[in-house]
Amino acid sequence: MAIALLEIEDIWVRYAGMPVIQGLSLAVEGGETVCVVGANGAGKSTLLRAVMGKQPPYKGKVRFAGREIQRLSTEEIVHLGIVYVPEEKMLFGPLSVEENLRLGAYILKDPQRIEQNLDFVYSLFPRLQERRRQPASTLSGGEQQMVAIGRGLMSNPRILMLDEPSLGLAPILVDEVLDTVRKLKEEGMTILLVEQNVREALELADRGYVLQTGRIMAEGSGQELLASDMFRKAFLGM
Amino acid sequence: MDILISSIVAGLLIGMILALVSLGLTIIFGVMDIVNFAHGEFLMLGMYTTLFTAQATGIDPLLTLPLAALVGFALGVACYYGFIRFLLRGPMVAQLLGTFGLMLLLRNLALLLFGSEDRALHHGLLVGKSFELGMGVIIPATKLAAAGLSIVTFAAVWLLMNRTRIGKALTATSLNAQGARYMGIPTSRMNALAWGIGGGSVTLAGGLLVNFWSVNPFVGLLFTMIAFTIVALGGFGSVPGAFFAALVVGLITEIPGFWDFVTYTFDIGWMSDVPMTSFKYTWVYLAYFVIMVVRPRGLFGWKH
Ligand SMILES: Nc1ncnc2c1ncn2[C@@H]1O[C@H](COP(=O)(O)OP(=O)(O)O)[C@@H](O)[C@H]1O
Ligand SMILES: [Mg+2]
Repeated sequence: MAIALLEIEDIWVRYAGMPVIQGLSLAVEGGETVCVVGANGAGKSTLLRAVMGKQPPYKGKVRFAGREIQRLSTEEIVHLGIVYVPEEKMLFGPLSVEENLRLGAYILKDPQRIEQNLDFVYSLFPRLQERRRQPASTLSGGEQQMVAIGRGLMSNPRILMLDEPSLGLAPILVDEVLDTVRKLKEEGMTILLVEQNVREALELADRGYVLQTGRIMAEGSGQELLASDMFRKAFLGM
Repeated sequence: MDILISSIVAGLLIGMILALVSLGLTIIFGVMDIVNFAHGEFLMLGMYTTLFTAQATGIDPLLTLPLAALVGFALGVACYYGFIRFLLRGPMVAQLLGTFGLMLLLRNLALLLFGSEDRALHHGLLVGKSFELGMGVIIPATKLAAAGLSIVTFAAVWLLMNRTRIGKALTATSLNAQGARYMGIPTSRMNALAWGIGGGSVTLAGGLLVNFWSVNPFVGLLFTMIAFTIVALGGFGSVPGAFFAALVVGLITEIPGFWDFVTYTFDIGWMSDVPMTSFKYTWVYLAYFVIMVVRPRGLFGWKH
């Protein structure tokens, strides 16, 4: 097996002494789209925050392109090419859509590259181009999610980690967001996706993991998971 | 009539200077939600820097301004890395008491080093000169220059924050520090920069003020209070808000002039018996209380 781009090896994370991630291992290979599903409070966001150095693991290793990163700061991790789009979006509300997007390219120095990336994001989300001068806070929930994903794409990430990008969106917008993820996957982007829309997410992912109270309960290809008895009972109510 | 125009002009001029005085307070609050009680002490140190440099070297006080700004910038950055950085990990109360302690420290250091006496600049290109604006309105040259340079500096900082990459990163940090970190922005360095700009702009304002305001180790308190009022009125963390609020507060400090205008114009006897000038700053503090009760987010609040 090839060396994974992102490799998480037996990590443990706790909040104020309370264990949340308990011995979790997971790998994402370059070009893969991997989906993590699990109930509310299972520790999905914590897993991504651990990778980002926001909530570093007290035990275990996180490797990116073969290098150990579990002790690095968030800033250093971002510079390596790991981008996290948090479920809270964390937009810079009073700033315009375009200012938000350009801040996503903060770590890039080449202005030409930044313009290219901006064009790419606008081609992906034409609606953002129409609203480029509008303060991000005045956008609809769906549009704000587009800004959050677009901002994440602005720095040419080597891996994009999306935390419940469809959270709180109307069904039609959920499809739109997941279509975008599919498009990015087809462009060859490496994606680690956390989703509550289990069926749709697993259908588009190459592989999936099921997270339960901080542990991986099952893993496999999307189709395998969707077909397994345990999974159907737990998530699809069948 | 000339009392009225004089008061308005004087109020606006002092307001422009007060805008620069309060700029650093609102930037520091905006970026890391810290209220810097030592803000006025930075101003005091700027006043001393200009005063002593001008006196020792004989050069014009206006030429010492870059040095005053540099001292404030360096002191601000040093305070952040040596002290404030550690307070950020503690609760809000620790931060309040921490900058309060910084205020006492700087004030007493000044007392120890410079003594408690009032010192004033007696020499300088503009000291003692004034312009006649017509209609009997006379403006001291030092105030006019100070107001002009304040506006220029204020505008420069505003441009830095809104038009440059580092300024945008600073703004992003103030809007959502964690979000900024996820963009790879070094937020700790941004905090230090905020303290540098905050310290440098207020010591520069001190260097301007000392051209027409005497300095002693206790001069900071008045300006801290005025800056609090301005930042509260303008919205904590808002830079444009601070500018307009400063003009309003400048006019409030001229209430005694407006009082005199009404007294003489309408010849109201009892009004002339009230010693209004003694209450000059009482109005500013009163305004502060009214703002905090009626509109705690300020007039132009944009943060939160
Ligand atoms: N900042 C925090 N402090 C304390 N506990 C937290 C914090 N964030 C999350 N938790 C707890 O950790 C567990 C996992 O949360 P989270 O990772 O957000 O789950 P998910 O994203 O799967 O819904 C939950 O029990 C949650 O209450
Ligand atoms: Mg979550």
